[in-house]
Amino acid sequence: MAERFRFYTRLNLVELLGRQAKNVAELLQGVRQVPGSSIYYHTHRFLQQHHYLSPEPPNDFAFWVTNSLGVDVLGERLASVDTCKFRSIRSLREKFIETLESYVREQNSRNTDCQGGEEFHFMSCRTFILPTSYEAQNLKEFREILERVSISSIYFHIFEARLRLERGENDFSNWLEEIGQKKLAREISRLDPYTITLEGLRKDLIRRVSQYDKD
Amino acid sequence: MTKIDEYAPIAGKSTVEELFLLAKRLKGKTVQNINSTAVGGGVAEILVRMLPLLRDLGVNVRWDVIKGNERFFHITKKLHNALHGVEVSIGREELEYFVDVNRENAKEVLSDVDIHFIHDPQPIALVEEKARAGRKWIWRCHIDFTDPKKDVWEFLKSYIEGYDCAVFSAPAFSRPLAIRQVLISPSIDPLSDKNKELSDERINSVCERFKINRERPIITQISRFDYLKDPVGVIQAYKMVKEHVDCQLVLAGGGATDDPEGMKVLDDVRKEAENDPDIFILFLPPGSDVEINALQRASNIVLQKSLKEGFGLTVAEALWKEKPVVASAVGGIPLQIAHKYSGILTHSIEGTAYWIKQLLNEPEYAKRLGTNGKQHIQGNFLITRHIRDYLLLFLSLYEQKDIIYL
Repeated sequence: MAERFRFYTRLNLVELLGRQAKNVAELLQGVRQVPGSSIYYHTHRFLQQHHYLSPEPPNDFAFWVTNSLGVDVLGERLASVDTCKFRSIRSLREKFIETLESYVREQNSRNTDCQGGEEFHFMSCRTFILPTSYEAQNLKEFREILERVSISSIYFHIFEARLRLERGENDFSNWLEEIGQKKLAREISRLDPYTITLEGLRKDLIRRVSQYDKD
Repeated sequence: MTKIDEYAPIAGKSTVEELFLLAKRLKGKTVQNINSTAVGGGVAEILVRMLPLLRDLGVNVRWDVIKGNERFFHITKKLHNALHGVEVSIGREELEYFVDVNRENAKEVLSDVDIHFIHDPQPIALVEEKARAGRKWIWRCHIDFTDPKKDVWEFLKSYIEGYDCAVFSAPAFSRPLAIRQVLISPSIDPLSDKNKELSDERINSVCERFKINRERPIITQISRFDYLKDPVGVIQAYKMVKEHVDCQLVLAGGGATDDPEGMKVLDDVRKEAENDPDIFILFLPPGSDVEINALQRASNIVLQKSLKEGFGLTVAEALWKEKPVVASAVGGIPLQIAHKYSGILTHSIEGTAYWIKQLLNEPEYAKRLGTNGKQHIQGNFLITRHIRDYLLLFLSLYEQKDIIYL
């Protein structure tokens, strides 16, 4: 018999690195040197803190470059880094470094500072993972729990598990595959969760699971 | 007394469940809060609200206050001002006296607990006891730390770095330190008089009392009368708006009547208002929380046009009431507002006027900002999030890794 699916949740404690950037060159230097948890934090903060917004604002780097430095071209390039495609923080960091480096080269060392008070502050997070009381044995129970469980739990199984814990796939798809729901597992795996709000994602998951639960 | 379960309908049942899960992990640990005053001031206010809720969750917390004479508090006031960037001279003798008073207090105040949670600079030197007593030590800084005077910063830094961890309210307050730094923003209490739901009759009666017409657009700024809140700039923005769109302006706030600067600001504000019958300047007495709540709820737009701001929780209060907010991008305000998503951030009087006009003319968009704003506050700035952060902070003292399985 297949394993029951235990829902976990994750809670973040935000840490300050005491490091800031006031221009693109300093941002690049920071992106190179800060710990991986900082890259993770700045590419996922908006998802977690503004999970109702539609369309999603992009990662913190893009948001700051556009809104505080006013460099729209670079902002757009950073915003369009497709986080979904990366399987590790290492490779995601490389992509940001590459994007920033190529912009710095094009600019031939022209380097405008942001206004005082609008500096980019590097942060990171400590993540606490803990089991909830929810467990599903079949699709019906799975759907019912999806309706009730905290948004942090859905976030954990979709985003954190795949990229930060490097499990390769989201937890829901892994379990669905195990219980023989291969098609549903693939559907959920194909979703780009970065372009849906978290509450939108919850609804989408419930809709898809309901469909298979009926069948 | 408010119980933690009462927050479930507001913050979500799962949020309160998570708090119980975390609190369970702290079983057997005791936490001692230490600050310098039992009443008055922001720190005491937070502790009064939060400690009963932590106890309700089963966390063993206590609160003690250090003792000091007039000379000690005169010195700590100077330290406080210097941290705000004010030029003050503090002699070596004064710093020595400050440390001596801390040493005297250390003999009396420190309990046999697991975690000492020290608030603000006044008791900062208690950490000298760490070498002897061991245990975990946290320093919680509640004040604006953007531009501290260098010598005072160096003096305090030598103590801060003795702690296991320092906690700041906004990213801009962080600076290079040899210890871990944690960001914990302040919060609002949705069940307090200032934020609880009010009936329409109650809101109407407050407006009637002040002769504010609810049939016409109302723009409000709630803040004490202080140049840093730029009330004169608010009136100038209102005048620019008024040329094109009908509206009323409410400037409401308190302040000490013995504060000569506050009275001068009030005079300047009255002068700028030029007896305009649509400008309501309300100098409210302490304890006017329900009135402030009603005025925010009656408003079409809430402003916070500060020139400098620690955190600016009035923004969170207004967003919690689903109001579109136009506020300056200073202090902790950008943490509360994502520009054009959950409110508007501005940098000038003209910009403020421009956005007020836009929002009065586009009520649908303004409503969306308010809806998004409320959700943002619900997820990030309620007291339940504040409690969660404190629980995580305590737990983190016993962990080394970035990812922690509980």
